[in-house]
Order: sequence, then C-alpha cells, then structure tokens
Amino acid sequence: MSIRERLSGNEATAIAMKQINPDVVAAFPITPSTEIPQYFSTFVANGEVDTEFVAVESEHSAMSATIGAEAAGARAMTATSANGLSLMWEMIYIASSLRLPIVMALVNRAVSGPLNIHNDHSDAMGVRDAGWIMLFSENNQEAYDNMLMAHRIAEHKDVLLPVMICQDGFITSHSIENIQLETDEEVRKFVGQYKPEHYLLNDKEPIAIGPLDLQAYLFEHKAGQAEAMRNAKKVIKEVAEDFEKWTGRKYEFFEKYKLDDAEIAIVCMNSTAGTTKAVVDRLRAQGVKAGLLKVRMYRPFPVEEVAEALSHLKAVAVLDKADSLNGAGGALFEDITSAMYVNKKQVPMVNYIYGIGGRDTTEKQLESVFEDLKEISNTSEVGNPYRYLGLRKGEK
Amino acid sequence: MAYDLKDVVANKPSRFTEGHRMCAGCGAPVVARMIMRALKEEDHAVVANATGCMEVSTFIYPYTAWTDSFIHTAFECAGATCAGAEAAYKSMKKQGKLPENKTTKFIAFGGDGGTYDIGLQSLSGAMERGHDMVYVCYDNGAYMNTGIQRSSATPRFADTTTSPAGTVIPGKMQVRKDLAKIMVGHHIPYVAQTLAMTNFKDLYEKSEKAIYTEGPAFLNVMAPCPRGWGYPTEDLMKINKLAADTCYWPLYEVVDGKYKITYKPAKKLPIEEFLRPQKRFKHMFKPGNEWMIEEFQKEVDARWQELLDLEEITNRE
Repeated sequence: MSIRERLSGNEATAIAMKQINPDVVAAFPITPSTEIPQYFSTFVANGEVDTEFVAVESEHSAMSATIGAEAAGARAMTATSANGLSLMWEMIYIASSLRLPIVMALVNRAVSGPLNIHNDHSDAMGVRDAGWIMLFSENNQEAYDNMLMAHRIAEHKDVLLPVMICQDGFITSHSIENIQLETDEEVRKFVGQYKPEHYLLNDKEPIAIGPLDLQAYLFEHKAGQAEAMRNAKKVIKEVAEDFEKWTGRKYEFFEKYKLDDAEIAIVCMNSTAGTTKAVVDRLRAQGVKAGLLKVRMYRPFPVEEVAEALSHLKAVAVLDKADSLNGAGGALFEDITSAMYVNKKQVPMVNYIYGIGGRDTTEKQLESVFEDLKEISNTSEVGNPYRYLGLRKGEK
Repeated sequence: MAYDLKDVVANKPSRFTEGHRMCAGCGAPVVARMIMRALKEEDHAVVANATGCMEVSTFIYPYTAWTDSFIHTAFECAGATCAGAEAAYKSMKKQGKLPENKTTKFIAFGGDGGTYDIGLQSLSGAMERGHDMVYVCYDNGAYMNTGIQRSSATPRFADTTTSPAGTVIPGKMQVRKDLAKIMVGHHIPYVAQTLAMTNFKDLYEKSEKAIYTEGPAFLNVMAPCPRGWGYPTEDLMKINKLAADTCYWPLYEVVDGKYKITYKPAKKLPIEEFLRPQKRFKHMFKPGNEWMIEEFQKEVDARWQELLDLEEITNRE
C-alpha cells in the first residue's frame, strides 16, 4: 500500500536510505546533497535505523570508509555532489575495481571552477568511465524509486558493481513535490538482505583485497568489470520489471515520451525532461510531431536500444548539461551519435550545451530547439552541430 | 604482562608469512610480524595498508603474505578504509550479523609518506572519531617506495633524491615533524613510539596494549631502510639500537595523556654514533660541516629534554 507524501528529492533519498537500513553510511556535507546525511543522522540519532553513521572529515574519506565497510561485509552508502565527487575520484575507480556494490546518491552540481553550487551534470560526466552504474532521475519520485532498485542491481552476482543515483541539485533535491512512498516493510522485502560471498569480517575465510595487480592480470580484471557492466543491462531490466509488479511504476533504460510517431525529438536527462514534456505537449497540440527520449540508464549505455528508438526521426537534438571542452561536443551527444553510427542509423543530429552552473532552462528555449529541428528536418542541413542554449551572446 | 620472546615465537605462529618481497635488512617486515604476533591467537584481524613498500611487496596478485583479512585501497586513506571496516564490524555485531563469540581487531599500516604527509588527514579523522583500531606508522624517514624522496619525517640534513646534499644546499633543511605528539593532541587513549630492539619486548608489549586498548591507538615505529639510509643489511638491529641509545628515537608511551619513557639509555651516546654508519648523513662528516652535527645534536637534546619534562609534568600528583 503506497503512502502519499510531499517531499524534496533529498528527503525522498534519505527516506529511501532509512527504509533500506544500510549497515554503514559515511558521508561529508556538500551543497546541494548536505541534507541527505543531515536527515540520515537524525534517523540514526533517533534509533530509527541500525546504521553506523561515520561523519568523516572529507569526501575522500567518505568513499574510503564506504569501501572499507562494504569490503568488510556491510551494506554501505554515501551521498555527495560536485567537488565532493571530484575529491572521491581516486576512490570511485577503486570501489568499482574491487567489485563492491556500494550505492551512492549523487545530487548533480557544477564542478569548480569557478565555484558554483547550482545544477549541471559536470560532476557525473567526470566519472562516466569509472565503472559505476549510473541511473538518472527526472524528479523526486524517480530518485526514490531508483534508490530502491539500486541494491538489487549492484549486489546481483552477475554485476557486483557500485551504483550512482543521480538527481538534479536544487531543481529536484530541494523542490517539494508529491510522491508515492512504499512502506518500510515492503521496501525491506523488495531490497532483501545483503549476503556477500567473500568479505573481510568472515574469520573462517580471511581474504586479501586490493593487490598490486601487474601486467599479467590487470587487463583481465578490467575486462571482468566491463563484462559485469554489460551484464548489468539485463539485471537493471529485470529489477525494473519486479519493481513495476510491486508498485505499478514502470522504468526502462530510457523513457520514450510521444516518441514513436515523432518526427523531431530532444534527448536529455534528469529534470529538463519534465520541462521538455510540457513543450512537447504544447507542440503536439499545434500539430508538430515532437517527442522526447529521456535517458535513465546512462551507464551501462543502451546503445542498440537508443539507436533503434531514434532511427525513425528526421532530426534529433541532444542536450548536454555539461560541456566536454573537447572542441567537439558534450558527452551524451558523443554517446548517442556513436550509438547511431555503429548501428547504421543515419539521422541528422545536433548538440546543445545548456543549463551550465544552474542557468535556468525555459520552455521558450526548448521550443527554440524544436524550431531548429524543424528547420534541420526540412533542409537536412545541420550546420554547426556544437551549439549553446541559453548562453548570452557576446559574453565569454 | 609477562613476555618471553622464545615463548612468543615458539607458540604464536607468524601471521605475516615468508614469501613477501621486502628488501633484506628492511625494518618494516620485522615490525609488522611482531605487531601481528601481539594479537591473541583466537582473534581475527582486518589489516588495512596504505600504498607503499609494504603493500606492494606483500600482496602481489595472486599472492599474499597476510594470513588475516587484508585490504589496500590507496596511498592516503588507510585510516579511513580501516575506520570503515571497523564501523561495519560495530554495526553488524550490534545487529547480530556476525558470530557473537568471535573478536576482530583492526590494524592499519602506513609508511611515513602515507601517514605523516598524504594520509595525515585521513588518520586524524579516524583517530578523532574514536574508531576501535590501531594505526601503525612504520617510519623509514622518506618515500622509499618511489625511490627515497624526502618526507616530513626525514631528519634534518638527510640526503634524499628530492633533498639532495648539493654544493649549495646540504640535504634536507627542515627538522622532522613530531607525529606522535600530534597524535597525543588527539587525546586518544594510547600513543606510543617504539622500534624493534634487543628482544622486541618494547615493540611487542606496546603492540599488545595498542591492539587491546579500547578505542583508537597510534604506534609510531622506526623502521630503517637499507637503501634509503645506506647501511649494510646485516646492521638493521644495530641501527635500531643506536637510534634508541642516542635518544634520536625515544621509546615512550602516552596512556590517557600521561607520558612514560620506556627506555632511558644508561649512557646517552653522541648522535654521531647513529649518523656515521648511514650514507645519507655522509656529507655531515666532511671537514667544515661540524656545525651540522652540532645542530643535529642540539635538536635531539632539546626533544629528549622536552620528553623528560613532559613525563614529569604529566605524572605530577
């Protein structure tokens, strides 16, 4: 039986963590994810969870302690944003290479510099090749639901990889919206108990973790991570199906919003998808065949499925909330165009860097993207594919 | 507690085994083996190791020299990694997820690079938060794993590859950081400084206390490096003894804030005795450099006197 509530994204995440009741949470405050450890330490202080809360002195230690705890045999979680993730960077790679099913809430924020506390996706994009499963969430409900699915994915024997649940800083993390919560009992039943096969605290089978791994072995170990990432696709699908049976809420690798009969479409992630839906609805009312593909599963990237879903379109705009500063375009654009090319799908595509440092993305701006797409679909001329949305002209 | 070296070696199997690849004449494996022997035989241990000589020589995939559970993550975070494992133990024990009758102890090892320098914050955090663990710094006075670069534990004037004894600058110009005192400043229940000397009694007993004192404990153990210090490998124990007898490396412990010097040499030897056998101090013995030895002696004397004073002050009724 679901419970109707009104919560911010951070609250929803903290409540999911309370319901999961992990053995250890180690976290360090950073805007805009600070509320997560705040709420969670209140649950600890009031005896509502069995968790040991480790109030570490940095994010580097947050990830190190989370690794130590998970390796020891515990279910361990953390939360961070932006520079916090940057400071963890070294340990992010180590967590996935040790095949530890850690779950982290990443509340997306611009990485310095200069300093900015608002939302974009530059933090997540910086770790996109680190071997973490990355799920993106449009709103508080999705942040909550993805969190409830995370451990089932991470701890699956064919996966054993850490999972990062992303949501937009402030836009989602601090906005209060309606939400359907599940009961503690049902959540615990769905998530299940963590029963690691090998762990440090098993005195009957002492193990050594984190070797010097030289030329004769590292390659195979890395290939093992890659295989686990490919396996994750099937598991993410199965867990979502079980989740739908339980809650009625459906999750796929990506959401197709009025896409199947669309002629032009936007591809984006997280909260901008909500704004895009409103624009798509308006354009549809005007007879424009607009659509949206909202990526939920960014790592592993659903290459064939994305290519198939976009193949019938006349023009596509990929929106990147982080600039790759590579002279070529954003990371999501590269992923999508590469998926299309490899799968022999030829659709004119254009990239917009948008919303950097929390710059508002308005319906009007998104309408202008669809206007551009109409033009491209009419002429089949893309021109410069590397564009900006919402950037003031003449200022750099 | 009663200690008999023969008894310990005969009856307690080594938990740090042969086959590791640390250099002949290195102080670190001697120290690690003795500390691990101080564990009660029936207890399990989780060892966390910072990146460094010890880690890269004792756990090269697929071999390990550790019979207890062992984790290495990175250079600067043995403190936090060990703390995370300890938090897991506390949580899982409380929830009945681990056997009731089994005790696990937590020991972190780091060299002076991983402890005095890059890992200081992680260590400080772990100690301040009160995790029930021991952090052992095996101090060989430089970044030996990467090829003898200076650290904040390198003694003044030492010749290292980043503080070379040149024609203008004669080695490292700064004095060493006093890490044990920084740890005392954390007001943790047990801090000790020791080394492997004579029959290992001082090292063994302090290890046992550190491991079985509830809460955070810190051991600073001098562990000479034949490559970095430039002494013949067979002279390891001689160098250790000279460090204690010259009061270069005083042996003491601080229990709940009270200092106790555990070894006062009957005859305090001049510092030259410790410096002369080591190539890293060779330039100090060139004519015209007598001032360097004098300065070094002054520093040792001042620190020794400070320790004597602290012992007196902290034990006053």
